[in-house]
Amino acid sequence: MKHAKTATQNACKLCNPLGACLAFRGIENCVPFLHGSQGCATYIRRYLISHYKEPIDIASSNFHEETAVFGGSHNLKIGLKNVSEQYKPAVIGVATTCLSETIGDDVPGILREYKQEFKNGSPMPVLIHASTPSYQGSHIDGFHAAVRATVKTLAEKGARENLINIFPNMISPADIRYLKEILEDFQVPYMLLPDYSQTMDGGPWGEYHRIPPGGTPASVIAMAGSARASIEFGSTLEASKSAAGYLEDAFGVTRYHLSLPIGIKESDKFFSLLETLTQQDRPEKYNDERRRLVDAYADGHKYVFEQKVIIYGEEDLVVGMTAFLSEIGITPVLCASGGKSGLLRKSIKELIPDMDDMGIKVREGVDFVDIEDEAQLLKPDFLIGNSKGYTMSRKNNIPLLRLGFPIHDRFGGQRMHHLGYRGTQELFDRIVNTVIEQRQNASSIGYTYM
Amino acid sequence: MGTNTHFPDPSVVREELIQKYPAKVAKKRSKSIIINDPQIIPEVQANVRTVPGIITQRGCSYAGCKGVVLGPTRDIVNIVHGPIGCSFYAWMTRRNQTRTESLMDANYIPYCFSTDMQEENVVFGGEKKLKQAIQEAYDLFHPKSIAIFSTCPVGLIGDDVHAASKEMREKFGDCNVFGFSCEGYRGVSQSAGHHIANNGVFKHMVGRDNTPSEGKFKLNLLGEYNIGGDAFEIERIFEKAGLTLISSFSGNSTVKQLENAHTADLNVIQCHRSINYMGDMMETKYGIPWMKVSFVGAESSAKSLRKIAEYFGDEELKARVEAVIAEEMPKVKAIIDEILPRTTGKTAMLFVGGSRAHHYQDLFTELGMTTVAAGYEFAHRDDYEGRDVLPNIKIDADSKNIEELKVLPDPELYNPRKTDAELEALKEKGLEINGYSGMMQQMTKKSLVVDDLSHYESEKLIEIYKPDIFCAGIKEKYVVQKMGVPLKQLHSYDYGGPYTGFEGAVNFYKDIDRMVNNPVWKLIKAPWQKTEATNGKNKGLEASYVTQ
Repeated sequence: MKHAKTATQNACKLCNPLGACLAFRGIENCVPFLHGSQGCATYIRRYLISHYKEPIDIASSNFHEETAVFGGSHNLKIGLKNVSEQYKPAVIGVATTCLSETIGDDVPGILREYKQEFKNGSPMPVLIHASTPSYQGSHIDGFHAAVRATVKTLAEKGARENLINIFPNMISPADIRYLKEILEDFQVPYMLLPDYSQTMDGGPWGEYHRIPPGGTPASVIAMAGSARASIEFGSTLEASKSAAGYLEDAFGVTRYHLSLPIGIKESDKFFSLLETLTQQDRPEKYNDERRRLVDAYADGHKYVFEQKVIIYGEEDLVVGMTAFLSEIGITPVLCASGGKSGLLRKSIKELIPDMDDMGIKVREGVDFVDIEDEAQLLKPDFLIGNSKGYTMSRKNNIPLLRLGFPIHDRFGGQRMHHLGYRGTQELFDRIVNTVIEQRQNASSIGYTYM
Repeated sequence: MGTNTHFPDPSVVREELIQKYPAKVAKKRSKSIIINDPQIIPEVQANVRTVPGIITQRGCSYAGCKGVVLGPTRDIVNIVHGPIGCSFYAWMTRRNQTRTESLMDANYIPYCFSTDMQEENVVFGGEKKLKQAIQEAYDLFHPKSIAIFSTCPVGLIGDDVHAASKEMREKFGDCNVFGFSCEGYRGVSQSAGHHIANNGVFKHMVGRDNTPSEGKFKLNLLGEYNIGGDAFEIERIFEKAGLTLISSFSGNSTVKQLENAHTADLNVIQCHRSINYMGDMMETKYGIPWMKVSFVGAESSAKSLRKIAEYFGDEELKARVEAVIAEEMPKVKAIIDEILPRTTGKTAMLFVGGSRAHHYQDLFTELGMTTVAAGYEFAHRDDYEGRDVLPNIKIDADSKNIEELKVLPDPELYNPRKTDAELEALKEKGLEINGYSGMMQQMTKKSLVVDDLSHYESEKLIEIYKPDIFCAGIKEKYVVQKMGVPLKQLHSYDYGGPYTGFEGAVNFYKDIDRMVNNPVWKLIKAPWQKTEATNGKNKGLEASYVTQ
């Protein structure tokens, strides 16, 4: 059943402020703050928590009827004051919502007034403002807006340092930990933002915490302006909207723009770039990881070759996954996203020039009803994406391999790897096992060696 | 964690909670932190705004309207008018179950419809897009009903969802389209949305279908949303007892049932907070009395069944109810007898909902556990102190913004099911008709009652009482567990349930046993252990904040 439609049914995207809250959570000692109704903070908290299984406090300016009519300045100031007193944060990340954007609150102006009014009180946290109206874009845009706003607020000019900025995009805490391990193994000083590897996937608290430990310190973000280069992941992320783009314009920090390093080819590009920037070879352990991955490709090729899949999620994740899948002989018959950058097809084409011959179809700005319509025509062997594809998977009896965000019907989404040789290895094993499990379940004999 | 046998003096606890606050805040919070006395119930400040910047458990009006009350009815297409987030976040998150009678029956619960408002709709208005969305939903499903929910920007840009609904309703002729002005900024919590939903369902649905219903003992079940299959268990018990369920509001319900609900002879109310308006309005318009019941807990279920039988006053029904209880109870007893030695003497805290913090105390009592402190997220004074206080509740600006429907007896359909004398006789037998005595009457003397608990207060309470289990929702779950205390989610049930009725009680006993006696908690060092070692130098949240 195909239908052109105005309404979005079963959305394949979340709202702008959610991404901003997650990004702010990756700054050390930072409280995310939503300027709008309290329901936004509550819904976004409960949604992030269902994936990460970690607490996340998001403050709100708690709009009421008269706030909506007369403006949110008063509520925002009280809210900031209370968060400052309760949490003693180093940073408060203020993101707007559809409500405060609709009434047109001048948030930068209110923040300036606030700083003036309370300058003699307790230590003033750094206040960051990201404009994230929910009626524009999706959660990934809010994520990037918050990262860019953070750098814009904190980065300073300075003598060129031997520092590399890395803006890894919306990846899992496990991916962030792996990237940090790589950079540490290269023994290169780095500024990775946002780093929610601990705040969104930490241990029990032996002591009380106002804000969970972890995150990129503001003092390190300040150095971003004097870094020697920025590496930014995300094929569809334009320089004009990105943190690295800002640093290049404002401070002349060269922006190296890569797709998410998933698969051997894209991971190679990342490691080569690190080798060039640090003028040293990669540590041997990564050659080992790469060799094991190639070996696994060889061992597993017979299971995955010529399989057809539908991949959906944030555009950059879709591009990265498409590069990897085509490398192992799987055809992504549909690359779909709820996002609408206008760059999805172009970005895939750059990595896979013969995509049309391979039968790779691309659709932006779709919802799960559109994807399901396509699935019924394309008859993929399995689906790859977040938990929201489950209904379609169940109804059409197509297996779903879960990755990305949100995952709320499997355990450990926050600990899944996607990036680099190690992440690709984990994905490859999971994909092969999905195929094997299918075959085994379908076998009338019940083979145990597959 | 060992079994608690000694409780601290509640007045000392109250002092400790309040003392760290600045004077003004302390004054405000002291009205919401109360030491209970079931004989002379003290006043609790409730349903007042949360201060900006104080992180709250509460949600918004839209969440209460669409998420809670309207969400569980399977054959209404719910269209959320606004940007995408609100619709996405309420998409299947409440775990309402439903059971269609055949494969042909409509079930739109798995769908998430949104107008996905874009910037141009905010600037130029979104009514056109809304009407197109309604048309699309109609063309796609030909549903009996389409409901429209306004989110924050809608009220501000001046979209009239009611006019758009009316226009489309008249255009279709065979599809009841109606709207809700449940923008997130209305009211102080989701409670405002419950009221708005009650008004809409009453105005647009109840009484539309006058087909006489069959059955000797006909009732509606109000305020049961079938989370984890709760309503299924109650339906099973009703059927066994020979009671005819006309409609539930709104777990496992259909449009037809809701429209025909006024043909029942009794409304029983489970979640008082979210649906009491409906009970009152149906009483006034149709003459159907309502009674507060609770099917949370085996004993409470038995008690509620007996109350219903007493209401109908039929000896055969009473006997049948007794037979059901006699059949169900031994199965429950076999399980609880085995679990009880492991749970007796343990303690619980419940800070959840607008009724759940009351209902679940019964299950803990059955487990031999003591509720040392409880409170609601979004309840009003009557849920704490009982409905006798209703005339004394101050109407503030926030409540004034929610419409109070003016309801009169229906000229044709008003039919008092019981005469005044009959009602008096029932009341003398101990039945609370059109009444609810609240949570505090049931809690022990000197237990602690706290409304709209703050982060700081929850940390303090956990440190002081070291409870064996804390009950709240997903937002609180992982922070409490970081302190080494298990948290039971009483909104989503930690993806378990049902917890109602006899089978539900057994599920709950087993789940709580697994949680409070789990060896993993021994691996987690609680923060207060360190606080004690450092003479309190390892401080928790600051208590200081400003109120205006």
